[in-house]
Order: sequence, then C-alpha cells, then structure tokens
Amino acid sequence: MELDFRVPTQHQVQRDWSPYSMNGGTVLALAGEDFAVIASDTRLSEGFQIYSRDYPKTYQLSDNMVLGCCGFHGDVLTVTKNIKSRIKDYEHLHRKKMSCAAVAQRLSVMLYSRRFFPYYAFNILAGLDNEGESVTVGVTNVRSSLVLPVTYYTHTHTHQGEIGLKNQSGAEEVPLSQDKAVALVQDVFSAAAERDIYTGDGLEICVITAAGVDMKRVPLRRD
Amino acid sequence: MSIMEYNGSAVVAMVGRGCVAIAADRRLGIQAQTVSTDFQKIFQMNDTLYVGLPGLATDILTVSNQLRFYVNLYQLRENRQIQPNTFMHLTSNILYSRRFGPFFVEPVVAGLDTKTHQPYIATMDLIGCPMETKDFVVGGTCTEQLYGMCESLWRPDMEPDDLFETISQAILNAVDRDALSGWGAVVHVIEREKVTTRTLKARMD
Repeated sequence: MELDFRVPTQHQVQRDWSPYSMNGGTVLALAGEDFAVIASDTRLSEGFQIYSRDYPKTYQLSDNMVLGCCGFHGDVLTVTKNIKSRIKDYEHLHRKKMSCAAVAQRLSVMLYSRRFFPYYAFNILAGLDNEGESVTVGVTNVRSSLVLPVTYYTHTHTHQGEIGLKNQSGAEEVPLSQDKAVALVQDVFSAAAERDIYTGDGLEICVITAAGVDMKRVPLRRD
Repeated sequence: MSIMEYNGSAVVAMVGRGCVAIAADRRLGIQAQTVSTDFQKIFQMNDTLYVGLPGLATDILTVSNQLRFYVNLYQLRENRQIQPNTFMHLTSNILYSRRFGPFFVEPVVAGLDTKTHQPYIATMDLIGCPMETKDFVVGGTCTEQLYGMCESLWRPDMEPDDLFETISQAILNAVDRDALSGWGAVVHVIEREKVTTRTLKARMD
C-alpha cells in the first residue's frame, strides 16, 4: 500500500488549469462565380457571459481577401496579427500582392508550426483568385477535432441542400446570385442564433468582388 | 465515446396541418462499422401513434417491447386506444423508473389525438424528462444537423405532401453530415384516416 506522507494543510486546493478558453462565434463563407461571401456573428462570449455584442470575427487582410477567425479570442488576436505581418513581409520581399492561395498556405504553415500547442482558432479564408474568380478556402486548426465547433458547421453545411442541390433529382443548377447568397447567409444565421447561445446579437456580411469588399450589418436575436 | 453514440441513429418528427410525420434512418452500426441497413427504430403503437427510439440498439429493442406490452395492457384494461399524451407520460415513467441505471434511448413520440385528431409530438431524454413542442423534435447522433435543417425548412400548417418532402429533405441532408447514421431512411406520414409509410433511398456511405 502506498502511503501519503504529505503534510495536510488547511487549504489543499488543486485546480485544473487550461491555457485555452472558448469565446464562441460562427463564421461562414460561400463562393459564387465572381464573388465570395464571408459572414460572422458579432457576439463575443464565454460560457453564459457575453463580453461584447459588437465584435465581428471577420478580419480584412487586403482589398479582396477576408479572414474569418473564431475560437479562443487570445489566439484569434495572435493569428490575425501574425498573418497580417506575414503578408506585409511578403509584399516587401517579393514586391507584389499576396494571392489568396498563398495566404491560405501561409496560414496553414503558421497553424501547423504550433502542432503540439495549437492555436485554438478556427479559420476560414475567403477571397478572389488572380483571375477574379472567387475562392473560399477553409483552413482549419490542426486539432480541430479537439472541440468541434458543431453549430459552426451544422447550419452552414446542412444548408448546402439549397446550394448543392443534394438529395434532389432533376434539380436545375442555377448559378448563385449575389443577392440570393446574402439572403441565404442571413437565413442560416438566424436559424443558428435560434438554437446556439454562442451565436447572435448581430451579423456582419462581407461580399468580396473585384471592386472590393462590401460590408453589411444585420441584427440578430440578442437573447 | 458516449454509449448513446455506439450504434448511431437519427430520428425526427414534425407537425403539419392535421397531420404529423416521423422519420428515422435505418443504420445499425458498432461504432464505425456498419452491421445492418434495415434496422427498425420507429414502432407503431396505435392506428395514429408512433414512437421513434434513437440510442443504444439493445435498449431500443427492450424499450420497444416494454412499450408494446404496456400499451396492450392499457388497451385491454381501458378498452380504448391510448392518447399520445398519455403514452408520452407512460414512456417517461418507464424511463424514470430506471433513473440510476437508465435505458440509453431518447424516445420521440408522434401521433394524432384519438378524439380531437390534433397533431402531437414530444421527445424526452434518457431518464424521461419530457419536452412537448408545436413544431418539430429531433433525436439521435446528428441532432445539431437536424435542428439546422428543421429550423430552416419547417413552416407552420404544411399539408401531408409538403410535410413528407420537408421531413425527408431534413433527415437526408442531416444524416449525410453524420458518419454514424444514414444508410436509407423511413418516413411515416400520419393522417386522420391513413398512414403513409415510405422508405427513402439515400447515399449509402
């Protein structure tokens, strides 16, 4: 039998400590033929506490590129700050704008560099490629399975039924118009806000076209 | 891994105008391995009363048999069919009697009131805490996906045909985003004088 020789003190407190928190947030992006839409809610929260009702999780990286980033807000700030700095470095070094694919690759490298102490940030990059066609690139944390942000995928992906025409026979594939895309994003977010306490308050929709980024704010339920 | 995710399942019920629909997937698995693709998760209790039992397969069988037994007993004693609401309380009581060693099922009840023919849906957790709603209820391993689909597709006062299309699209697109459920689905649309049962072909992966 093993004996415990430690002197018992009045207050022996042992706490589990984690360097991570989960500050919620939902980001969604979809691609049209010559545009991309990326949207996020504006609630910043932890547990049952709301820290801010006005904090969108979309970060504009250039005039045709927006990064959606949510998860642990501390890591979100670090990731977005660092990627902006890397983009600046690239532009000074190569004397040209960084393409969307290049940023996605750089972000992937940045996240994987922390393979064994990951950034707890979930990223979606949206932008236009060099030919002006839209691309949305999903770059996820190397350990996204740690805590899968279910609702973030749920409402966006199941709704593919409307765009992807899944499980529908003889459905005609019509290219998605800009207005329809924005309307769809709004519908999907109000559905998410209905059930998820980490989603709500407001919605920021960024429509990225060759002309630049058009930002739009829509209110969401605040409870 | 939770025991509720051991076999994989998806069940959803929806209310329409004078009708209700209940749907379930048909997969039976042992974690990632698929064992059967025609596993029954919805059971008929009355002419217009069905119960769906997502959860652990062995308990699906046990609970469905127990429910059948108690419903038969009720019918013999009362000489009438059980009301959906009464049946829900019966189920809830059976589950709560196992409060500290529960059956791992989350029943979904769907039916029409035997007198007023009002639609009725309800669900409960594995220890029988009930939840009655006016729109839709979901259960199983892909509840998030089902909530997402139902929240955007469901409309009040749908006719039986519309209701069938809606619940089918909801379950098919939900299970396609879940590895543990799927492999076909079965849908029952319950109306006053008839019940339409259809099995759906789905992605088999």
